Amino acid sequence: MEKTFVPRITSFLCTWCSYTGADLAGTGRMQYPTAIIPIKVMCSSRVDPVFILKAYLKGSDGVFLGGCHPGDCHYEVGNYHTRRRFAIVKKIFESLGLEAERLRLSWISASEGPKFARVANEFTEKIIEMGENEAKKKIFL
Amino acid sequence: MSRIDLQKASSKGLKELLGHLLGSGKVSAVFSLRKDPETGSYDLGLITEEAGLETVKPLAPVMIANAGQVLSSFAPSAEPIAVVLKPCELRAFIERAKREQGSLENILTISMTCGGVLTLDRVVSGLDSDKIGDYENHCFAGDIHSETRETCKACEYFVPMNADITVSMVGQKDAGTKCHIYLNTDLAKEMAKGFGPDPVEEDFDNSLVEGLASKRAAEKEKLYGAVMSGKGGLDAVIDTFGKCLGCHGCSRVCPICYCMICDFESRNFDNDMPYFEKELEQKGALRLPPDTMFFHIGRMIHMSFSCVGCGQCSDVCPADIPVASVFKKVGEETAAIFEYVPGRDIEEAIPVMVFKEEEFTEFID
Repeated sequence: MEKTFVPRITSFLCTWCSYTGADLAGTGRMQYPTAIIPIKVMCSSRVDPVFILKAYLKGSDGVFLGGCHPGDCHYEVGNYHTRRRFAIVKKIFESLGLEAERLRLSWISASEGPKFARVANEFTEKIIEMGENEAKKKIFL
Repeated sequence: MSRIDLQKASSKGLKELLGHLLGSGKVSAVFSLRKDPETGSYDLGLITEEAGLETVKPLAPVMIANAGQVLSSFAPSAEPIAVVLKPCELRAFIERAKREQGSLENILTISMTCGGVLTLDRVVSGLDSDKIGDYENHCFAGDIHSETRETCKACEYFVPMNADITVSMVGQKDAGTKCHIYLNTDLAKEMAKGFGPDPVEEDFDNSLVEGLASKRAAEKEKLYGAVMSGKGGLDAVIDTFGKCLGCHGCSRVCPICYCMICDFESRNFDNDMPYFEKELEQKGALRLPPDTMFFHIGRMIHMSFSCVGCGQCSDVCPADIPVASVFKKVGEETAAIFEYVPGRDIEEAIPVMVFKEEEFTEFID
């Protein structure tokens, strides 16, 4: 029997919005894939951009960042910084020819349970389509 | 803008200007490249006595260390000093000043239109006057010298962006016998008062550098085309950085990497035993020490948008990895999304320190 590919998507979720949004999706009994591995952070800007890189190089099939909508950050400006840092990482991935599509940043507020479920489904489908992260098999990293 | 023309070789003319500044007490020290008369090796010197100026080689095509990085250690200076920097060193210094690793206060910056510097290998194997003469012929004719650094060959920012004083070298056919010194700022005019013939009011002649600019642009395209074996991808990244010994020399000589304790040398990203066990279980083998790619790409994340492309990292790499070519290419692309040019303007904020409310929506899904 062929093994079905269940991706692992390292997901950094900000505690005030996206994590609460994920909670809401749960309490609302909305289905989303088990591929999402949530890591709760106090703010999306807590995610040092090298965390994203580390997750990718260690074989995460996808890396997901969830933060508050612009203007809604609990710390006022954290997510604006996240956005710039994410843009840098994404650009570097593109520039080196790495798979930038494996990285995703979305704004999901605490009240957007359905959006969280939708984004989780969408992103997982996309990653399944892309297949496994080849970094997983590389001995030399 | 005004210009002083002297009837002598460029390096000699500049030396005289330095002598004037030091002798008249307008500056208390001169910071410049020099050649040690005893050992014949190049170094950077901070000189306070006029007699010491005999050893300076302000225009030599040599970069022992990025002088912008070195200058940080004693700027801001309590008293005015004159510094001679290559355009990329000046940009590096400005990038450092933005990171509070120095300040332009009390500093008279002198730079030149730069024909590039010779590779470190070439420099340490000895530079005689023939070699320098050969280099100068290329530079004065607006040509690329074959033994300059790869990133120098592809450098488009060889006209200093914000120097107080610019010495014209590139494309200046008579630079071997005449010295053309441009005074770009009021400070420069003030400092040069009483030196040489009266300055003439004239703007910098851009037609001198156009020839080299187009040659460099072509070289750049060639260089960028060859980065990452021309195709990119994880395998190409591993191919490129796979030779890395992990000495971290590239980050130590990098003028932008200013952190006293580098994140990648700290224990922050150390791997624990369970990690090794898990990796071995999955892969059956593991390269040690790990995290080579992580170091290089991580460093790109930290500083690539400020990379001035001086080429120091490639030059010191014991494994001959074209670090500078990769960083210059990647850095240009990351800087471009912020419309940022490293070292262009001291007032321009580092991209990661500021933001706009509406931007980069294309990166958000």
